[in-house]
Amino acid sequence: MRAKQLVLCAMAAATLGMGILAVPAAAEEGIYVPLLTYRTGPFAGSGIPIANGMHDYLTMLNERDGGIGGAKLIIEECETGYDTKKGVECYEQIKSKHPVVVNPYSTGITLQLIPKAAVDKIPILSMAYGLSASADGNTFPWIFNPPATYWDGLSMIFKYIGDKEGGLDKLKGKTIGYIFFDGGYGREPIPLLEQFAKDYGFTAKQYPVPAAEMQNQSGLWLNVRRDRPAWMIMWGWGAMNPTAIKEAAKINYPLDHFIGVWWSGSDDDARPAGHDGKGYLALNLNGLGASYPAIQEIMKYVVDKGKSQVDSKDRVGENFYDRGVYNSVLVAEAIRNAQHITGKKEVTGEDVRRGFEALKISEARWKELGLPDFAAPIDKVSCSDHNGHHSAYMQQWDGTKWVKVSDWIAPMKDKVRPLLEEAAKDYVAKNQPWPARTEPCDKSS
Amino acid sequence: MDLLYQIFIDPFVQMGTAPDLLVQTLWEGLVGGVLYSLIALGFVLIFKASGVFNFAQGIMVVFAAMSLVSLYGLGIPAFVALALTFAIMLALAWGVERLVLRPLVNQPDIILFMATFGLTYFLIGFGELVFGGEPKVMIADQLFLPRGAYDIKMLGGFVSLQKIDIAATVIASLMVAALAVFFQKTRIGRALRAVADSHRAALSVGISLEQIWVIVWFAAGIVAIVTGIMWGARSQVEFSLQIIALKALPVLILGGFTSIPGAIVGGVIIGVGEKLGEFYWGPLLGSGIESWLAYMIALAFLLFRPQGLFGEKIIERV
Repeated sequence: MRAKQLVLCAMAAATLGMGILAVPAAAEEGIYVPLLTYRTGPFAGSGIPIANGMHDYLTMLNERDGGIGGAKLIIEECETGYDTKKGVECYEQIKSKHPVVVNPYSTGITLQLIPKAAVDKIPILSMAYGLSASADGNTFPWIFNPPATYWDGLSMIFKYIGDKEGGLDKLKGKTIGYIFFDGGYGREPIPLLEQFAKDYGFTAKQYPVPAAEMQNQSGLWLNVRRDRPAWMIMWGWGAMNPTAIKEAAKINYPLDHFIGVWWSGSDDDARPAGHDGKGYLALNLNGLGASYPAIQEIMKYVVDKGKSQVDSKDRVGENFYDRGVYNSVLVAEAIRNAQHITGKKEVTGEDVRRGFEALKISEARWKELGLPDFAAPIDKVSCSDHNGHHSAYMQQWDGTKWVKVSDWIAPMKDKVRPLLEEAAKDYVAKNQPWPARTEPCDKSS
Repeated sequence: MDLLYQIFIDPFVQMGTAPDLLVQTLWEGLVGGVLYSLIALGFVLIFKASGVFNFAQGIMVVFAAMSLVSLYGLGIPAFVALALTFAIMLALAWGVERLVLRPLVNQPDIILFMATFGLTYFLIGFGELVFGGEPKVMIADQLFLPRGAYDIKMLGGFVSLQKIDIAATVIASLMVAALAVFFQKTRIGRALRAVADSHRAALSVGISLEQIWVIVWFAAGIVAIVTGIMWGARSQVEFSLQIIALKALPVLILGGFTSIPGAIVGGVIIGVGEKLGEFYWGPLLGSGIESWLAYMIALAFLLFRPQGLFGEKIIERV
C-alpha cells in the first residue's frame, strides 16, 4: 500500500512539475512563436524536415543575435500529427500565450483557423498552402500565404508544359492527368484546373488518392496507363509521393512529363525510386543544399551544438529542411517589420500582422540574410494582396539528387487573381456573417 | 440509358478490345490480393489462438520493417539484420505474452481486444522514439529481391510483370503454404486449434497456453516481417504503412477470422475485385474507389455466407 501511495505521490509531483514547466513559455520575456509541427504519425516523413528547418533557423537567430531586434524568440512546438482536430487543439492551447503568428503547416488545420484568426487577433501564416483565396487581404486581413498560392503553382506548371509543347494551344484535344491527395489540400487547385481545361481545350482526368490508399496505388496507375495523359500533375503529400513516382516508373510513364507541386518534391519523395525515378519534375520555391551562409550559421550555432533535432547533418540542406528555413525567414522578417513600424521591441500579433503586410525581401535582402538567390524576391505582398504571387522554378530528379532545370517561372496572375477574388467572395457568402475588414492599411504596405 | 451502357456494356467492351489491360489488371489484383492475404494471415493466426482480433498487426508490420532497415543502417549486414529482426519479433511475442496476455487469461475477449489497442499505441510511440518518424528505404537490393520488369508482348499490347511483384507473390504463397501445413499437420498446430476452441479445456489436457501464445505471436511477427519487406519495397518504410493493415479487414470479413484458406482466397477475391472495379467502373464514380469497394465486395458475400467463405458455422441452441 505504501508503495502504491509513493507511486501516486510521484505521479502527482510529476504532473505538477509538468504544469509548472509549461508556464514559462507564457511568463518568459520575449516574442512567442509557436510552431505546429508533426514529427509523428503517417505524414511525419514530410513533417520532420520542415519542422527541423523552421525550428533551427529561429534557434539560430536566438543563439547568434539574441533573437530579433533585441527580443528573444520563445519557440515552442505543438505536435499535430497532421490531424486537423489535434491542430485546432494546439491552437486553442497556445492562443492564451499571445503568439505573434501561428504556422499550421496543414491545409486542413488552416481552413479551421481562418475564422478564428480575426477574432483572436493572431495572424496565420500558411506559406504556399492553405486556402488560395486567403490571398485576398481585404477579405482575410489576418491570413497570409506567400510566396505563391496553389493556383499560382498550377498556372506555373501549365506555363512549363506550354513551353515544352510549343504553346498552350497545343494542349487542345489532349488529356492531362491530375493525381491528388483526396483531401482539402489536393482538391484546392481543381477549380483552376477545370478552368484551364475549358480555356485550352484539353480533358482533365482526375485520380484521387484516399489517405488509406497512399501506398496502394497500382489500380489507379492502371487507369493512367489506359488514359495515356500527355502530362501528369501531382498534388501529393507524405507516402503518396514516393509511391506515385514508383508506380509511374512501373507503367513506363515518361517521368519528364510527370510534375509535382512544391510539396511533392522532397528528397524523401524521390529517393525510394532512385534511378527509376530519374526525370521526375517538381516545382520548388527555395534553394537546395546547405552551402548558403545562413544554413552554415545554423550548422555552427545550432546543429553542432546539439540544439537541433536533425538525426544526421546530411539532412540539413535537404529540400524540405530549406523549405522550413524559408518559412521561418518570412516569420522573422514580419517580426522585424513589426518592430520597425511600431518602434516596440516586444511586438504583438496585431503588430506582426502589419509586419506581414509590409513584407519585402529583395534580392539584396536575401543576400544580406545569408541566403543569396535562395528564393524569388518577395516584393508584391501588400495590404490587399497577402500572397504576392511570386515565382517558383522547376527541379528534376537526376537519380540521386534534385537539380534546378528552369529559370524562375512567374504565375499567370491575370488568370489566377480574378478567380481568387471571386472565390474569396464565395467564401464570404458561405460563411456569413463574415466581418468586414476594419484594420487600416499602413503606408509601408 | 448512357449510364446503363457505361455500367453494363462498356467495361466488357473494353475487356474485349484491350485484353492486355485486362490481364494486367488481373495480375495486379492477384499480387495485391496475395499481399492482403499475408496481412490477413497475421490476424487469423492470433485470432485462432486466442480469439482476439489483434489490432496491433499493422504496427507490427511497421515495427518489423523499421527494425530491419534501422539495423542495416547501423552497418549490420542485411541478412544478419534480418536474423536480428526475427529475434526482435520473438522478443516482442514473448513480451506480449508475459506482460499483456498472461495477466488477462480468462478475461472477456473484448478486454484482450482493447489490450491490443494499447499495444498498438505503445508500439507507435516506442517505435517513433527508437527509429524516428522519417521514412526509410527498404533494403530490397541487399536482400537480393529482384528489380526491373518483364514486359511481355501479348494480346496486341503488353503485360508488365514486375520482378518484385513476382517475388512477393512466390514468397507470400510459400509462406502461406508453410504456415498452413505447420498449423494443420503438426502437434503444435493441433495444440493451437485446441487453444482456439477453449483455453480451459486446452489447459486441462496439459497444453501450455503461454507457449502457444508465444509461438503464435512470433508466427504473426514473421508474417509482419515479410509483409513489411514486400510493402516497404513497393513504397517506402514509414509509419503510414500501418494503414495498409486495414486492407485485411474486408479480407477477414470475406474469408472468416479463423480460416487460413479463407485468408488466402478472400485476399485474392478482394485484390482482384477491387482492381477490376477501380479500373473498369472506378472512372464512373470519380476514381479512387478501392478503399470502400473492398468492403462492398465483402459485404455482398456476407449476404449469402454470414460466417464468411470458410468461417466456422456456429450453431448455438437456446
